[in-house]
Amino acid sequence: MDWMLVAEQGLNGVQLGVMLFLMAAGLTLVFGIMDLINLAHGSFYMVGAYLTALFARTFDSFALALPAAVLATAALGLLVEVTTLRTLYRRDHLDQVLATFGLILFFNELIRILFGPVPIFLNPPAALAGTVDLFGLTYPAFRLAIIGVGVAVAAFLWVLIAHTRVGMLIRAGATNREMVTALGVDVRLLFSLVFALGCGLAALAGAMAGPVLAVQVGMGEQILILTFVVIVIGGIGSVRGALAGALLVGVVDTLGRAMLPGLFRLFLDPASANGVGAALSSMLIYVLMAVVLAIRPRGLFPAG
Amino acid sequence: MPRTLPLLAAAFALVATTASAAETLRIGFLTTLSGPGAVIGADIRDGFLLALEQAGGKLGGLDTQVFEADDQQKPDVAVGLANRMVERDRVQFVTGTIWSNLALAMMPTLASAQVFFISPNAGTAQLAGAQCSPFFFNVSWTVDVVGEMAGLAAMQQGVKRAYVMAPNYPAGKDVVAGFRRSYKGELAGEVFTQLGQLDYAAEIAQVKAARPDAVFIFLPGGMGINFLKQYQQAGLVGEIPLIGPGFSFDQDTFGAVGDAVLGVKNTLQWSQDLDVPANREFMAAFTAKYGRQPSYYAAQAYDAARLIDGAVKAVGGDLSDKDRLRKALEAAPFESTRGAFRFNTNHYPIQTYYLREVVKGPDGALTNRIIGTVATDVADLHAASCPTK
Repeated sequence: MDWMLVAEQGLNGVQLGVMLFLMAAGLTLVFGIMDLINLAHGSFYMVGAYLTALFARTFDSFALALPAAVLATAALGLLVEVTTLRTLYRRDHLDQVLATFGLILFFNELIRILFGPVPIFLNPPAALAGTVDLFGLTYPAFRLAIIGVGVAVAAFLWVLIAHTRVGMLIRAGATNREMVTALGVDVRLLFSLVFALGCGLAALAGAMAGPVLAVQVGMGEQILILTFVVIVIGGIGSVRGALAGALLVGVVDTLGRAMLPGLFRLFLDPASANGVGAALSSMLIYVLMAVVLAIRPRGLFPAG
Repeated sequence: MPRTLPLLAAAFALVATTASAAETLRIGFLTTLSGPGAVIGADIRDGFLLALEQAGGKLGGLDTQVFEADDQQKPDVAVGLANRMVERDRVQFVTGTIWSNLALAMMPTLASAQVFFISPNAGTAQLAGAQCSPFFFNVSWTVDVVGEMAGLAAMQQGVKRAYVMAPNYPAGKDVVAGFRRSYKGELAGEVFTQLGQLDYAAEIAQVKAARPDAVFIFLPGGMGINFLKQYQQAGLVGEIPLIGPGFSFDQDTFGAVGDAVLGVKNTLQWSQDLDVPANREFMAAFTAKYGRQPSYYAAQAYDAARLIDGAVKAVGGDLSDKDRLRKALEAAPFESTRGAFRFNTNHYPIQTYYLREVVKGPDGALTNRIIGTVATDVADLHAASCPTK
């Protein structure tokens, strides 16, 4: 066993986990605090990636495009919340699923009309396009940057939620919404802010994913399923749970893909080892979810 | 006599009008126009409509009506639309289909209605072999043959240790099986990834550790874009060359991957720079009309339209005699963008495959250039198990 390779795969797992965390943090906040199932979260991720590509072309700078895209998407989220989602809070979850699924179709077609069906181009900034040397391990610089951004977002959310007044209201809202309303807090404003924050985080995830993944219509739905797995494992509504769940899913998925076929080759012939390994590694995270739910039905860190 | 002449003329005129009223060529055009597959659908449609326009709106000399619909890349939707086209629109041909699973689902409906299905792309081995149909014609390939050609090209390029990667689904398995049929060197590794996989970091790290001579990849659509971007960021472009079937390396993905795809060698029956008269004419007309380079999907759809055109002409516009029309289609009386073209007994082409390399064209845009011929007159193995003659 080559330990360098294991270390690299571990790093890959953490990086995938961090990417999922950026998505999951926004989704879990919205679900935990507003009790809204937002299937369109992936659409804001897609919009974030497209806007970053667009702004990167206009400003000729990734560093400027990123905050511009995040702010623009947060503003778009605010608009959607005020015009569409507000009417859905009192409805049951099925209505919310239907309405936000409609939003997915709407945004996919809108992007297709505006940008065309062909996937578009978004490169990492020149400074991060190459590889860096980590104690003899060559690793893509942009993937390290993703890990950096993820850590920064986790720290930001921790400070925001644990040490500010808004954070206190968010925690209180997640635990007991009626009581917060009864105490005279403007819940409408709080919800709007939380939703915009969630959309901004999704856009940040899209912007960081854009240079690594295909920027195309429908990219949001591909990652949305993994994101739901993450927040179910982590405990719905808990940012801490989202972080733990995301890292767990990222590492288990990556190591599963890297190691399982080799493991099966020890006691099966290569052809069936490859088949079984590929099949099992693609279900591994769902097995993980089932195990976690069997032991802790409300996830690893249930909110409230 | 003077009295019968006008009567005869009137009778002839009547016959002529009823004949022309009946003989409108009605074509059902079912392709993917929404979702991620819409990139391909747009190229297929544009290629087909170009050929129709060049024929003055009359394929085979008949007034041509095209019924267009979006299959949404869903088999159930495709079957519903095929039913509608057969029963309401009374089409004589259906074409446009991109995906094998959709073609398989639609085939029973079309065959029982005696509607000819001209596939511009969907090239499943099932319809080439045991499930072949007298009403199914394919102008592309079977996927395993294109993989087999990539294996042959790898041998010709002197690859001794190859690393193989494809998604874990039927077409992925077919392509890898084809590759292994002709590639006789050592396998440094064989990985089946998830369909629609986003992150390839784990696989790329394994490739880097295995140090093969070349990596054979078949990752169509968005998967190929994800992989190529990440492969470049890992610093492996130029270090370990990539080779594969041409599916992942054409105009539909070039814009999104950029220079990461430069130098990739791939095999296909057609290339933008293939120097035959029909292709020169097609390339010039397509770029002039749409302002972009066509992909191989567009070239195949163009060929599908020209095949219909040639066959309908050959039967003099008489679409009622299905056996005669089938014979005409089998003779493939048209100039293909790939040069020599003929059908095998299973209605799949016997054709030449080229090795292409992704290069920058004179205008700086990415395109394919032919660097060699892999094999000529290639037929698939499935024809042997096809009972129709």
